[in-house]
Amino acid sequence: MSTFLQELVAKGLLIPTGVDGVYGRSGVFEDALLGFDSYISRLAENDKAQVMRFPPLVTRENFEKSGYLKSFPHLAGPVFSFNRPPAEHAALLERVQNGEPWADMLAMTDTVLTPAACYPVYPTVAREPLAKGGRLIDVFSYCFRHEPSIDPARMQMFRMREFIRIGSPAECEEWRDQWIERAGHWLQDLGLPAESAIANDPFFGRGGKMLALNQRAQHLKFELVVPIATVEEPTAIMSFNYHQEHFGKTFGINQSDGEVAHTACVGFGMERVTLALFKFHGLDPDKWPAGVRERIFV
Amino acid sequence: MQNQIRTILQQHGKLGTDATSLAEDADLYQAGMTSHASVNVMLALEGAFDVEFPDRMLKRSVFESIRNIHAALSELTGGR
Repeated sequence: MSTFLQELVAKGLLIPTGVDGVYGRSGVFEDALLGFDSYISRLAENDKAQVMRFPPLVTRENFEKSGYLKSFPHLAGPVFSFNRPPAEHAALLERVQNGEPWADMLAMTDTVLTPAACYPVYPTVAREPLAKGGRLIDVFSYCFRHEPSIDPARMQMFRMREFIRIGSPAECEEWRDQWIERAGHWLQDLGLPAESAIANDPFFGRGGKMLALNQRAQHLKFELVVPIATVEEPTAIMSFNYHQEHFGKTFGINQSDGEVAHTACVGFGMERVTLALFKFHGLDPDKWPAGVRERIFV
Repeated sequence: MQNQIRTILQQHGKLGTDATSLAEDADLYQAGMTSHASVNVMLALEGAFDVEFPDRMLKRSVFESIRNIHAALSELTGGR
């Protein structure tokens, strides 16, 4: 266990489950996380984003369509369940009892754990034509990434609050760019010295290297990073992504003039921001600086 | 070599135009090649020419035009 993780567990803020990257959260942790969520809502109120809340699942059909498996097959979390005849139930239990593999007795269901909070949004907005000026959506969901780690800031299930802009290329890119500065101020007001950096997604394999370099060369992804686990490798607590026409083309979202819509999203890593608050201000929120407390605990 | 490159672009490049008649220095990304398509082009080139692109070549500019691809492959095959 990393030292910071040990401290969080000793203090009871995170509750280990036995699997790396999967934790329970204490009431104190949740108060801080949900307090930060309210802070976002208050500051972004005038944006008038349309709120949508989805359970942490996407349909398998939309997941397959999204192209996620082309880029991140190693992170995916498809849901499987037992669908054999009752006569085979005993065999399943016997295998489990004997510690034998039982995965082949399961079949894929119609759902996949949500990889990013914005995924359910694209097929949803594709159902009706965009009005002039596009749309702005607000989502909040647990997300799953299969990447077990002892870094408390790299959980397998974590929450993401996201805003998604759907519209013309200029609308999306400008919106994404102004958010980097805006969010940087919000985090600074919480005593978090976030710095922006060009970033890339963890694409899979050799082709992934090329995708990552492409993404960087085109400045499609930025992150705000703060040192949580180590100073040398700071952790991204927010990301700012311009997908160009990827989701518009994939799900058939069109602008009011009939052109393919572009999309961008801005995501807050809720657990990561919360961990950064504990890292920078200590494990006892009662002792956090007054300016931070009054913004988080209203 | 160029004809083979054009054939591979035709099959994997998802270009909006005919790869066999594209100018040598035409921007393939402008012509409709997506990032994912460029990965498929890269893998197909490796298979066809029995080479492996080193990390330093796995970047956008190398796959930007037929001329650039040709130059990279020539370097890797040593004119073989």
